[in-house]
Amino acid sequence: MRTLIRGGLATLLLVLTFGGSAAAQLQLNGAGATFPYPMYSKWFNVYTQVDPQVRFNYQSIGSGGGIKQITEETVDFGASDGPMTDEQMRAAPGPIMHFPTVMGAVVLTYNAEGVSKGLKLSPEAIAGIFLGKITKWNDAAIAADNPGANLPARDIIVVHRSDGSGTSYIFTDYLSKVSRDWNNKVGKGTSVSWPVGLGGKGNEGVTGLIKQTPFSLGYVELIYAQQNELPFADVKNASGRFVAPSLESVTAAAASVADSMPDDFRVSITNAPSPDAYPISGMTWLLVYQKQKDAAKGKALVGFLQWMMRDGQQQAAALHYAQLPPQVIAKEGAALKKVTGPDGAPLAK
Amino acid sequence: MSYATRRRRDVIARSLTLACTGAVLLPLVLIIGYLIAKGVTSVNLDFFTQLPKPVGETGGGMANAVVGTVVLILLACALGLPVGIGTGVFLAEYGHTRLAPLVRFCADVLNGVPSIVIGIYAYTLIVLPTKTFSAYAGGMALGVIMLPIVARTTEEMLRLVPSSLREAALALGVPSWRTTLRIVIRTARGGIITGVMLAVARVAGETAPLLFTAFGNQFWHHGLSGPISSLPVQIYTYAISPFDDWHRQAWAGALVLLTLIALTSLSVRLLTRGRFKTVR
Amino acid sequence: MAGDVLEATWTAARRATGQGMARRNVGDRIFRLVTAAFALGLLAIVASIVLVLGYESSDAVRTFGLGFLSGSAWDPVAREFGALPFIYGTLVSSLLALAQAVPLSIGTALFLSELAPARVRAPVSFLIELLATIPSVVYGLWGIFVLVPWMRSYLGPALQATLGWTPFFSGPNYGVGMLTSSMILAVMIVPYVTSVATEVFQAVPPQQREAALALGATRWEMIRTAVLPYGQTGVIGAVMLGLGRAIGETMAVTMVIGNRADMSLSFFAPGSTMASVIANEFSEATYDLYVQVLVEIGLVLFVVTVVVNMLARLLVWRVAAPAAGAR
Repeated sequence: MRTLIRGGLATLLLVLTFGGSAAAQLQLNGAGATFPYPMYSKWFNVYTQVDPQVRFNYQSIGSGGGIKQITEETVDFGASDGPMTDEQMRAAPGPIMHFPTVMGAVVLTYNAEGVSKGLKLSPEAIAGIFLGKITKWNDAAIAADNPGANLPARDIIVVHRSDGSGTSYIFTDYLSKVSRDWNNKVGKGTSVSWPVGLGGKGNEGVTGLIKQTPFSLGYVELIYAQQNELPFADVKNASGRFVAPSLESVTAAAASVADSMPDDFRVSITNAPSPDAYPISGMTWLLVYQKQKDAAKGKALVGFLQWMMRDGQQQAAALHYAQLPPQVIAKEGAALKKVTGPDGAPLAK
Repeated sequence: MSYATRRRRDVIARSLTLACTGAVLLPLVLIIGYLIAKGVTSVNLDFFTQLPKPVGETGGGMANAVVGTVVLILLACALGLPVGIGTGVFLAEYGHTRLAPLVRFCADVLNGVPSIVIGIYAYTLIVLPTKTFSAYAGGMALGVIMLPIVARTTEEMLRLVPSSLREAALALGVPSWRTTLRIVIRTARGGIITGVMLAVARVAGETAPLLFTAFGNQFWHHGLSGPISSLPVQIYTYAISPFDDWHRQAWAGALVLLTLIALTSLSVRLLTRGRFKTVR
Repeated sequence: MAGDVLEATWTAARRATGQGMARRNVGDRIFRLVTAAFALGLLAIVASIVLVLGYESSDAVRTFGLGFLSGSAWDPVAREFGALPFIYGTLVSSLLALAQAVPLSIGTALFLSELAPARVRAPVSFLIELLATIPSVVYGLWGIFVLVPWMRSYLGPALQATLGWTPFFSGPNYGVGMLTSSMILAVMIVPYVTSVATEVFQAVPPQQREAALALGATRWEMIRTAVLPYGQTGVIGAVMLGLGRAIGETMAVTMVIGNRADMSLSFFAPGSTMASVIANEFSEATYDLYVQVLVEIGLVLFVVTVVVNMLARLLVWRVAAPAAGAR
């Protein structure tokens, strides 16, 4: 009897210590961007079947957090939708490589009674709204592009991110390109000093706030608007056309940089010149140390990245993310060979 | 002032205090009512046995978070109980020493420190040097929060033990340290357990210090030196998300968490009513 | 003969006890050392918290100096940091919370200590204690889905209609904001203020009450002339204790305050507190100075709560301690 109790206690202790995951040999921890979180949580879930020995735990704390935590080496990989700056790269204890995973669109989503899907917004209108110069839904700058639309005479409640965010980076990167005023007053970054609006944490938090707040407008990744059935705007691109965010229009934006992709993959695809391109498109990266400290973890990570480039890409469209152009995948495969274990030997097979 | 006026004022004042009491209790009714209304349908077997589903897919549960919360509390106790009770004994037995007032002061200071600050502390002291978020870091943060509660209740409970008991033991030639251990602590056991339970109830719902220590995990935790999921953090993440299914689960999680805490405080009530009352 | 035997027994007994004493002293000394070590452990933890906060924010302190506390810019891109918006947000939300919680708490405490029959007192105080055990994150959840929509659709518009002409209730009402978070805070601190205030009122000597009643005072007059003046200091202490709680509260506030580093007179405006900015930005501050600045906010928060709590204790002790026994 006593041994039975002891055995039971020992088992309980084991379960508490190791959770129910005694089957998995290895757990890798990652943190960062919320922009690709739906994609990553899907991938990491599917990947438990591809390689049952490994679990990838991903926490969407924001791109700023991804950069910070990979720099501190508190996670095994980071994720960001804003490339690390040169200064941030220098702050890290070793060279960090950027691996693009998917592309997506930052959409202007809104919750305004009477304003249906497909509101047309010019770059000037967007910059004006986020600079606090355009405060009403029926402002002339918005009305001019939307003849016949039933715009309410209500205040626009602007919603932005409260945390360090790659989505903010893509959005402010875009605004800095299209508005001199924005560039001078605010600039671009994962967290900026917003002239107006409410802050929500993560794409999740911003979408939640917009959903909860009538006459609000904010920017989120496309899937967050779609999953929550919120309308989003068509945005006037660099060649003067209003384009709706979609897989095709994001792919078109990426195509314009695919051939000129730099070796470190740190590139911006906002305000792309192509006539079909959605202008607020962005790429999102996994951040990985070139020299992995733990050979087993490094191998698992490289294994996942290889799977992601082949099979993972096929699942992107279902979640409304755009696949990477083939040229980029090819280049990424080559870059992956540079990732080494602690002994300096390449980990890719 | 006529008696009638004074009488009327008295009635008004009495009704006002009654109204205040009602107003204070109203939020409790509302919160518990909403928790039950919105949460109870989602507390099912899946909730306790399944892992969270990927974003946007419905179903799944919080099994890992429930276990994680238990693990974190146990870790917190591993730090908080020995140090807390030890400190309490010191304060009660050696309260006259010069060290005691300082210790008491520090316990009170610690009791008032916002939990988010303890989070920074555990992050700097454990997460950064070990280079990983971990259950240990989360447990340590919670343990530090428990400490002053356990220490001060232990002290108070030991002081409640009648000195006649202590003197009787000493008169029989029992050394004073054994008197403390075998007689005083044993007598005050119920009270000390009460303090421990109160501390557990307090830390079980702590979220802020776990955000950057225990972090989160959508799978089972893998050993204690890695990130671990917990009910409060999971509720927070789900609550601020835009997904209806996650909202549903956040309510369920909150209901489960509150039930756990209420059960703990209720057992404290029962404990204090039963064995412990004789001590008083 | 008989005397010799007695003498021998006496000596033996003395020797035995002497040895016992020695052994006992060793045991006592060890026991004392062990408990003292635990107590020192607690001291070490508190000391190291101060050290960690101080050390990890030293660069920020050096860079910004005292101006940090009065600077109102919070711009991580431009590396400009001022804590004023958060200090302001903390103060306004906490004081607003006190304004709502204190009258209710004092009323309830008077009811419990002076008017309620014993049969009612126990369950009511249990329920109020229950309010204190609800976790912050559950308050936040309830705030997001119940209080915020209610504020947006009913209370906010009503306040705008009646008090909209004052600067405090002008401007857009988002649902989230200072007022909403202060309401949640009020609910959260009510149990603390109430229970301490009840204790304070109960500590008023019965002679005081009896004297008033004997003079023909009504219950309310007795409360006004005997209980309230006597308990004044203690009640202020209770309020301070509530303030300490409100200042450090993190999750519930973060979830409903709107997270904006700005200062506005309007209670509808979104804001940010010292605790909420740490919760939002600490794990993602991307460069050292940014982290340091957040730790410095933590340090300020630490100092403020310690001072407030100590004041509270002093005030409560002065009243309740003599009656409550040797605390």
